[in-house]
Amino acid sequence: MREGQFRDPSGCAVVGVIDRSGKKMTGEGMIRAIEVMHDRSNGLGGGFAGYGIYPHYKDFYAFHLFFDTQKAQEETEAFLKRHFEIVYSSGIQTRKLPSVQNEPVIFRYFLAPLPRKLADSHLSEREYVARCVIRVNAQIEGAYVFSSGKNMGIFKGVGYPEDIGRFYRLEEYEGYAWTCHGRYPTNTPGWWGGAHPFGLLDFSVVHNGEISSYDANRRYMEMFGYKCTLQTDTEVITYIIDYLVRRQGLTLEEVAHVIAASFWATIEHKEEPARSQEMLLRRMFPSLLITGPFSIILGFEGGIMGLCDRLKLRSMICAEKGDKAYISSEESAVRLIEPSLDHIYSPAGGEPVIYKLYSQGGRA
Amino acid sequence: MKILANGMHYSALNAAVRMSEENDIEIMNCIGQRYIGAGLSERYIDIHGTPGNALGAYLNGAEVRVDGNVQEATGDTMNAGVIEVHGCAGDATGYAMRGGKIFIEGDVGYRCGIHMKAFRTQKPAIVIGGRAGSFLGEYQAGGTIIVLGENLGGKPIVGYFCGTGMHGGEIWLRTDELTAALPEQVKSERMTLSDEAASLIKEWCARFGKDEKPYLSAVYYRLTPNADNPYRQMYTPN
Repeated sequence: MREGQFRDPSGCAVVGVIDRSGKKMTGEGMIRAIEVMHDRSNGLGGGFAGYGIYPHYKDFYAFHLFFDTQKAQEETEAFLKRHFEIVYSSGIQTRKLPSVQNEPVIFRYFLAPLPRKLADSHLSEREYVARCVIRVNAQIEGAYVFSSGKNMGIFKGVGYPEDIGRFYRLEEYEGYAWTCHGRYPTNTPGWWGGAHPFGLLDFSVVHNGEISSYDANRRYMEMFGYKCTLQTDTEVITYIIDYLVRRQGLTLEEVAHVIAASFWATIEHKEEPARSQEMLLRRMFPSLLITGPFSIILGFEGGIMGLCDRLKLRSMICAEKGDKAYISSEESAVRLIEPSLDHIYSPAGGEPVIYKLYSQGGRA
Repeated sequence: MKILANGMHYSALNAAVRMSEENDIEIMNCIGQRYIGAGLSERYIDIHGTPGNALGAYLNGAEVRVDGNVQEATGDTMNAGVIEVHGCAGDATGYAMRGGKIFIEGDVGYRCGIHMKAFRTQKPAIVIGGRAGSFLGEYQAGGTIIVLGENLGGKPIVGYFCGTGMHGGEIWLRTDELTAALPEQVKSERMTLSDEAASLIKEWCARFGKDEKPYLSAVYYRLTPNADNPYRQMYTPN
């Protein structure tokens, strides 16, 4: 059974880390951290996003794909060859574990858009790649691109997150930032594609919560060519962020004021210029307000951002230790891997917390 | 009895606490285990580390002391006893609390003391050393919440929507000036401390080793339900 064929009404766990100096760490720390929050998941989904993990192929789009059938793989590879130069491809290395079963075929492709095709499309390179991702996911049955950024990768599946991390041998990858999710599917049965993180290009989102504005958000996003193929709410958050940042040029702070906008009554009491700016953003993108409980960690090239819904109906803490910064559903997960912290606090609802590499303007 | 909690699942840890023949229990290296002390009417539990959610839920007379921060839903529906936190607390601290006392040295998150209620001799109390997030005492029906406002770091002593839907009990804020926009259903008065509030503050000082004077001689605002204002248009049209 797949997402959308069944409704199962019913928490999740999120955690992320970045070393702002750019120093790399393996996925092991995240595996240990998410394991502390085991009881927030139910074994129906877990996943990770690692940034900076493909330094030797950093100029190519790294596509990670699930295939249900050989036919889906053949069809997809024919499509990829028509649009990209495939620089390298292979199955993603996994480890057999009794706790992770029924995995699809999992493949990785490093791709460069074909220059002629790209020029003929009159699209920017990233738009071209995003459209290809959406086409595979919407049109090829049994194929699903679940990661499509440069020098980053998403690894996810059905199982407890710590098992999924070990299944993908994440102790062998090194990145400057990681995010992680343990899933407790609330409305749909878990399947491999429905696990978090959700990604498009270098954006990835892990999410704890349930969006009550999903259909309003989805219908709006469909006007811009985004197709929600997974019937699960996190997917639409990823597209909203991609649309607002990549296509509308908003900053991440501005994105927070669109998707987790304050109540009008709260905005009225704010001082200028915050008041006018927040009013403008709410008026420009009313259909992109996300209501319902959520805490998310967004991964992007060079950083991570934590954000909760405006009522803060899900927990989140942020913590720092030297160059490292953490965002987590629970403090205990961070304490396990970093017992003594320089600073720890809990952001307000709708208050974005952005940690970036120093080389990209991040602050200590 | 001393329990080393690292790597222990919460069910095993809580079973060990319940079965202990000794009344005094010290939990070392606590890391995210939920429901510690839940429902217990006896026991003194001293926790080192970071306990998990719902610490002391339904607590019924036992005393819990934490050397560190606590997470969400501490003292959920607590009936009697004491929770003392040498650190900060997460969201929904003292949710639907109906008796006993919670003392927090630092800040609390969102929705602290919501749905708190009193019944006959049962009168719950929460004393917070730092600041409180939004929705403090939402739907409060009884009991006392005191916010002492230490180390505000430029932030307001309480967040938005303090006391929304409040219809009983009281909230004391130690502040020279009340800047929070309160809902119409809440009445605020600049007042000297009642004996009851003063005694709670003294107890907080004693537990955290603070000098009483700056707390007892400070300016306080007392928030109570506004009897003049019927509950119309309770929420912003949004």
